[in-house]
Amino acid sequence: MLTRTIAVLLLCGAAAASSASELRFCLRADPKTFNPLLVEDDASETIRYLTGGVLIRMNRYTQELEGELATKWKVSENGRRIDFDLRPGVRFSDGTPFSCQDVVYTMRQLMDPALHSPVGDSFRSAPGPVESKCEGSSGVTLRFPAPVAALALQFDQVAMLSAHSAAKESAVLGPFAMGEYKPGVHVLLRRNPNYWKRDANGRALPYLDAIRLDIQQNRELELLRFRRGELDIVNKLDPEMYDRLSSEMPHAVMDAGPSLDWETVFFNQVETAPLPEYKRRWFRSDEFRRGISEGIRRDDMVRIVYRGHARPAVGPVSPANRFWLNPALQATSGSESAVLALLEHAGFRRSGSALLDRDGNKVEFSMITNAGNKLHERMLALMQQDLARFGIQLNVVTLDFPSLIERISRTFNYEAVLMAFTNVDQDPSAQMNIWVSSAANHQWNPEEKTPATPWEAEIDKLMAAQAGSQDRAKRKAYFDRVQQIVAEKAPIVFLVNPNALSAVSPSIKNVTPAALRPQIYWNVEHLQVGNPLVSQK
Amino acid sequence: MSFKQKFALAVLTVAVAASLGAGFLAQSSYSEQFRDAISAPPSAHFWLGTDELGRDRFARLLYGTRVSLLLAPAAALLSTLIAALIGGAAGFLGGRWERLVTAGVDLFLSLPWLFLLLAVRALLPLNTSPVTSVMITFLLLGCLGWAAPARMIRAGTRTLVSSDFLVQASASGISRWRLFWRHLLPNLRPILLAQFWISIPLFILSEANLGLLGLGVAEPLPSWGAMLRDLENYSAILQNPWMLAPVVLLVTVVSCLQLLLRTEDRAAC
Repeated sequence: MLTRTIAVLLLCGAAAASSASELRFCLRADPKTFNPLLVEDDASETIRYLTGGVLIRMNRYTQELEGELATKWKVSENGRRIDFDLRPGVRFSDGTPFSCQDVVYTMRQLMDPALHSPVGDSFRSAPGPVESKCEGSSGVTLRFPAPVAALALQFDQVAMLSAHSAAKESAVLGPFAMGEYKPGVHVLLRRNPNYWKRDANGRALPYLDAIRLDIQQNRELELLRFRRGELDIVNKLDPEMYDRLSSEMPHAVMDAGPSLDWETVFFNQVETAPLPEYKRRWFRSDEFRRGISEGIRRDDMVRIVYRGHARPAVGPVSPANRFWLNPALQATSGSESAVLALLEHAGFRRSGSALLDRDGNKVEFSMITNAGNKLHERMLALMQQDLARFGIQLNVVTLDFPSLIERISRTFNYEAVLMAFTNVDQDPSAQMNIWVSSAANHQWNPEEKTPATPWEAEIDKLMAAQAGSQDRAKRKAYFDRVQQIVAEKAPIVFLVNPNALSAVSPSIKNVTPAALRPQIYWNVEHLQVGNPLVSQK
Repeated sequence: MSFKQKFALAVLTVAVAASLGAGFLAQSSYSEQFRDAISAPPSAHFWLGTDELGRDRFARLLYGTRVSLLLAPAAALLSTLIAALIGGAAGFLGGRWERLVTAGVDLFLSLPWLFLLLAVRALLPLNTSPVTSVMITFLLLGCLGWAAPARMIRAGTRTLVSSDFLVQASASGISRWRLFWRHLLPNLRPILLAQFWISIPLFILSEANLGLLGLGVAEPLPSWGAMLRDLENYSAILQNPWMLAPVVLLVTVVSCLQLLLRTEDRAAC
């Protein structure tokens, strides 16, 4: 009798602990802001994605733009003007009606220089105000002082604010609204009762009642909780975790193919960097950089470090980015003869087991990376042996992350660095801050006053041309040429594009993993929590 | 020396000898990657299999043992010497010197030294070789590890200073210097030895912890700490139990070091 009572209590407890329509996953840190216009960090971006209503959304699966709060839009005046037709009858989560005044208010807030909105930066193509006015009851016109690259796509990041609601940022138009936030513990999002979207049968979306985002930094704990059924999604797995989980729960893991992210190496080419002159000469030599790039066996990296869950990178566009990838680019051959030919052409020669430059200096350089990153450490160990074949000595230095950033962005006291880049945007305009020579994130030689090389000058022109054009085919042609120059000059050596790996409980229905972020819950309004056994069948 | 101690000494001797003879015992270099044999099981060629980069685990274990077993005692000796000087002098001189040292030790123990290690690692020249880098790491560990032993030594010194034989020696007019060197220090021997022996596993584990943070010995040089990082993947351990070899060796060495302590030395810990 006692046993039966305990069993019943346990079953009730389990049922209570796991609400049938609550989705649970983890944030790696506390969100830094709940203001959608100030979002910079991953956690805040997740909240914005789940709660914010946008005029236009890029479908992460088809990679096409779709109307959300805007039923129609039209870009004109070569990317300076955009007209929206707004969806009628939409209300904020607190019941306040959504109108064109909210769009005007949001744009005014977004472009306010005092706010320093990172999202607003994407629209700041030139100094001057943005003209925004309502056209009738459901139309809005926005006119920018200069053409904005990929103007319509930029609105994917702009969550609308309410001009009239007393709740301010808490009044949202997305599928979920803020429920509860306990710093360091969790963020609870509740279903937005006024969400405008309906499914094919006319049923109000989202299907889920709530989303619980536990703040959990430790990946091992996150995985353990997923295994125990306390979490429904692990949105970004490393290859080792993926394989481990795959052997235990093969139905739970998902590999959506190459992501937009890069693993890269670049050399310090900064004029004022505290480097010996001969090393500066090496790092500025196109042949040297290409020789290094050719000498790295990317296939081994994919096979050994990423366990097959990555793709050798050919340039700054991932294979996941189907439209912008330059198909003419070829993977590096990796042949010893090609590498030696490049190095010999640059004046390097073998002497015994070492490689010497034309002045007799032994080729030895260090490569820094962030400490504790196992994947990077393994990649570096592979590169050490790859380059040792040509007599190049690579010294591996792992640094804590703040020291690494200090060296690559302030003191420039480094020789080469292995870094991961996280891309959230497919459009080449999102890479302006990397390729334009005057940009702060032009990592190998930031903020050049004038382009240091003719090819950098050419990239500047091409990037400006693609950003100023609204003709997609022309933009593609310009950016194809940028990719070709980058492949030829190797200012950044692209190593691999890691796959988007995730784990999803079999009880979650309607999951369609995409390579673009957020890979698993991009269609969150359609996700459902069902019976895991039924789902598994 | 008891049987247990003889046994412990024999085990340690074998471990040190094997690590010094790594070049003869191991069939491959610790850094050579056999990329077609990654995570391979033990075989005639790879006695402990290979790691995830295809490197011979046995070779890495031997060379890692050399790093840990040679440098940890050196660091322990350094920290014990510093502790003996500071703690011994404080206990011997007494008064405000003792109060000053006690406060200094308390302050030293309360500081987060991990950040110093991070900072020093970040400030080292980038082309520092892995060997130099690991020596600096152990040197730092030795320089930073004196505070806790100094506290013990100060307490021991205070007890000795007030003992009858030292009071008598002092009354007979022996100089303070001679009193310190000839009468005090030899009698501190059990405490000093105990602190030395217990510091060795402490420094081995500290290096292992730094290795777990990715701040220990630089690739491709192996160390126990670096090898212990492989154990984060526990499902791999179940499939490849030979991965536990560094843990087994670490536990064995630490246990042997403890066994080597004489009963009275252990009492002084």
